[in-house]
Amino acid sequence: MLAKFLIEQYGGADGELAAALRYLNQRYTIPDKVVGLLTDIGTEEFAHLEMIATMIYKLTKDATADQMKEAGLGAHYANHDSALYYSNAAGVPWTASYIAAKGDPIADLYEDIAAEEKARATYQWIIDLSDDPDLNDSLAFLREREIIHSQRFREAVEILKEERDKKKIF
Amino acid sequence: MYTNRKYYEPYVGPFDPCPPIRVKSYSTPPNLYMGFQPPGLEQYSAREALYRGTLWKALCDPYRSKREE
Amino acid sequence: MANKQLPKAYYELLEELQACDFVLVELTLYLDTHPNDYEAIEQFNEYAKMRKQLKKRYEKEYGPLQQYGNSYSSYPWNWDDTPWPWQV
Repeated sequence: MLAKFLIEQYGGADGELAAALRYLNQRYTIPDKVVGLLTDIGTEEFAHLEMIATMIYKLTKDATADQMKEAGLGAHYANHDSALYYSNAAGVPWTASYIAAKGDPIADLYEDIAAEEKARATYQWIIDLSDDPDLNDSLAFLREREIIHSQRFREAVEILKEERDKKKIF
Repeated sequence: MYTNRKYYEPYVGPFDPCPPIRVKSYSTPPNLYMGFQPPGLEQYSAREALYRGTLWKALCDPYRSKREE
Repeated sequence: MANKQLPKAYYELLEELQACDFVLVELTLYLDTHPNDYEAIEQFNEYAKMRKQLKKRYEKEYGPLQQYGNSYSSYPWNWDDTPWPWQV
């Protein structure tokens, strides 16, 4: 049952795939000072994607068709067997419309802060649904990472704001 | 006292179809209050940081499942 | 190799490596927004050094951690020896 909910963080709107692609794509058109941060957080999101994939894989690899059906993954099984797929918990495939790239550094960083808070909230709701204490430890870890990412993106905004008061040096 | 969870009591009308939840809550993690992180904040050991998901004590926000409330 | 079980020591060393890597991840993000924090950079370099030693110990025992030339290979090519990270 939990595997079905975890798919939300695999291929959902605020999932790890969307996060990684959002940041790694935005970094080309953001001031140089924060390119490193977007690169590093984007890369970390891919590591989180692997963590989520591992959880789903371990929860589903030994399940029979009947067990998949009982877990609410009958429709998933009909299409994919136990293969992983980038969709949200309701089975809607991942789409590029989940990520934004406005090209305005402040707009993009505010988007990123919002994305981190939404991902944090999603982890909360999955923890609320979960009855597996070991899995909850991993989910709490990932939730805490979203808090740190949000903190760093907020700092990135401050860094860009301060640019205004400094003399331009070329 | 500071708490990372805030509570409110929504208005409850007499005609609700289900028994109302009187007190609702939401999460307000420490990053909302910190501003630019100051240098030299107290750290966890590497092992403990790995388990908690952060190196810095001031940014750690354990989440309690609503199941346990 | 397929059904070889990993010893307890493997998980202990892996955890040590994970803890060290995690500190490096956390300090990396911190330094991205605090590039002038001298003490944090010292700590970062300390952990980077520790990471190199842990990598050496791990790879000697259990094979390459990364490829594309980040690790050496024995003969025959041992990169695709199991287990993969999601299997342990």
